[in-house]
Amino acid sequence: MPKLYSGAKIVFKCLEDQNVSHIFGYPGGAVLPIYDELKNFNSIKHILVRHEQGAGHAAEGYARSTGKPGVLLVTSGPGATNAVTALTDAYMDSVPLVCITGQVPTHLIGTDAFQECDTTGITRPCTKHNWLVKDVNDLAEIMHKAFEVATTGRPGPVLVDIPKDIQFQKAKYKNYKNNKKLNGKSHNNYSQKNIDELINLISKAKKPIFYTGGGVINSGTKASELLRELVYATGFPITSTLQGLGCFPADDNQFLGMLGMHGTYEANNAMYSCDLMINVGARFDDRITGKIDEFSPKSKKVHIDIDPSSINKNVKVDLAIVGDIKSVLTTTLKTFKKSKKNFSKSNKSQISNWWEQIQKWRSKRSLDYIGSDETIKPQYAIERLYELTKDKDAYITTEVGQHQMWAAQHYKFNKPNRWMTSGGLGTMGYGLPAAVGVQIAHPKKLVIDIAGEASVLMTMQEMSTAVQYNLPIKIFILNNEYMGMVRQWQELLHDKNYSESYTAALPDFVKMAEAYGCVGIRAKTPEELDDKIIEMLNTDRPVIFDCLVDKQENCFPMIPSGKPHNQMLLGPKDQKEKKITGKGRTLV
Amino acid sequence: MANSKSAYSFAGKKQKPDTHIIVVWVDNEAGVLARVVGLFSGRGYNIESLAVAEVDQKQSISRITIVTTGTPQVVDQIKLQLKKLVPVHKVADFKREDKNVIFKEMALFKFVANNGKLNKAFEACKNFNPVILDKTNKSNVIQITALRREIDIMSKNLKKFGLVSVSRTGAVAMTRGSEIFK
Repeated sequence: MPKLYSGAKIVFKCLEDQNVSHIFGYPGGAVLPIYDELKNFNSIKHILVRHEQGAGHAAEGYARSTGKPGVLLVTSGPGATNAVTALTDAYMDSVPLVCITGQVPTHLIGTDAFQECDTTGITRPCTKHNWLVKDVNDLAEIMHKAFEVATTGRPGPVLVDIPKDIQFQKAKYKNYKNNKKLNGKSHNNYSQKNIDELINLISKAKKPIFYTGGGVINSGTKASELLRELVYATGFPITSTLQGLGCFPADDNQFLGMLGMHGTYEANNAMYSCDLMINVGARFDDRITGKIDEFSPKSKKVHIDIDPSSINKNVKVDLAIVGDIKSVLTTTLKTFKKSKKNFSKSNKSQISNWWEQIQKWRSKRSLDYIGSDETIKPQYAIERLYELTKDKDAYITTEVGQHQMWAAQHYKFNKPNRWMTSGGLGTMGYGLPAAVGVQIAHPKKLVIDIAGEASVLMTMQEMSTAVQYNLPIKIFILNNEYMGMVRQWQELLHDKNYSESYTAALPDFVKMAEAYGCVGIRAKTPEELDDKIIEMLNTDRPVIFDCLVDKQENCFPMIPSGKPHNQMLLGPKDQKEKKITGKGRTLV
Repeated sequence: MANSKSAYSFAGKKQKPDTHIIVVWVDNEAGVLARVVGLFSGRGYNIESLAVAEVDQKQSISRITIVTTGTPQVVDQIKLQLKKLVPVHKVADFKREDKNVIFKEMALFKFVANNGKLNKAFEACKNFNPVILDKTNKSNVIQITALRREIDIMSKNLKKFGLVSVSRTGAVAMTRGSEIFK
């Protein structure tokens, strides 16, 4: 007679077999049996958050910074609905999450019981797949399948909904078997012919560019190494999406910076004018492409992606290679080295005009801003933060808004998995809990949340979590008292009618830090900024850093929506030089 | 448009839409129809008709037949998105004009009229394998199988013979010849 385990115990046995070391969660009536088992599993540490959305984002930060799936455990009803934002965020940004929710007992499902909601119904459009466990004998298999679905192919969130009576019932535990592929869904679907075609295009291109995205990071650190090797071997310029930052060193000469709505002038113009675009693990998002009809009109487009439905979704491509980036790049490099020895030398003259053109665009210095001795410019704050932390292998998370774009523009990432930001969904309040998750995964590392004062207030309660677990996260708030990006759009598009974008009655962040039991630091002038940042870095406790910045600063350069890449709006310096008045403003 | 106030770009050129019949083989499990239908509604795709039933009891596989209209790009997306769903085994796509595929839909017509009209109604249906399922002295129920468009026309034309109620299944499809879709 094999041993029988309760459903709650089976949950933990599965987590153990999946090598889960941390789960983020919040208890409640419908998950109490699972919480009761926690004491019997020492290898799994539970992190108690203050709100289920925080558990989700913390699990996302954990997953993005480690490449392992993040796990969260929440109760039925409000527990599940609070986690929906984080699940949707993870779905948009392809982050592997396993969300375990409690559910009311089977016999009460459908009766509008206390804390009942249709969890699988609500989360169906924001998960890769979800399961309502109706029989305890299926539980182990479903749990393992959940991990498999979350981590294979294009990663994403999954949810397992477990009614309370199932948590009590007993069943045999079926050990994890890597059984046959899920309904035959394969992830590498390309042939050597595709690769040969790609190399043929590479060898003919006169104005090539690599356009890389989060898929490279999701494919593992090896994929980033291979990408670097290929980019160096070809000598081609490379630009990256917001999510792809870090897979290629930002301080390398071949790197043109981020592209898209707030990307650099050289990256966007190169995208517009290129004759060969090699998209590696990015998805032609609307913040990247601008006006789709005029997107890179003269180029041959190659798209390497693990998700077949990403191909031709927004932009029609000439060559699609469906597969895992790591595997595709390995094959490409192998073929490339065999057939094109000394390529970069022989190719240099072919693309030298292209590089000259790029240097001309570069000389615009589109990220420049007008400095100040009196007020802290937000860009300056990020630059100083970067200079003072660049040797510390820091992990950066952000909230959403102007500060996020400034961080992407001015903080230079040289390694993958160091940059955690909400790109697809654009979730304000993502950064603080994400920093909690990152610090849990990397206890000895420096973790900074570059934040805005409006975003950070959305999930501020997680400071309490940071204090409870002695997580020395640094919340670096660029405080301009406005929802800055909203204010910027209102300035440019709605005749400076700043409707509801100013936050009156902000809390005193230094006092707030003290109330939470952490350290508050405030910087008011550029002069004192460096010392204050150093003070923050020397504090081995959670810190809220209130950096009072210029309230009027806008984030440039910018592609106004509905415009193609070659019609960028540059910063105030350039606008002054060009004296854009009247007519120029209708650009926006 | 020059003075855009949108945070999003504008819709570009539109391709011409076509009618397609999409056949999906799925695991017959709880919520699977909601997943398929939710994918259509969530992404703004059309469903003109839908037919679903289990076709393999042993492996519990259901076959869903969906008639939809969309541009080639949208239809491609529908197929690729469907293939990503975990319970989906395979997806077939046929154009309505495809000569190698049989499309059929069944309809039940209820007529209330005098005998003369009822007979005329049956006569009018004779090209579509009519079967009388129920008959009284002032009414009958006729079953026909035909193409979607034919049933559309029939249900319009039969009004004059006392047609009072129509129930129809939605199209199902099968390839001609010995080949099956893999």
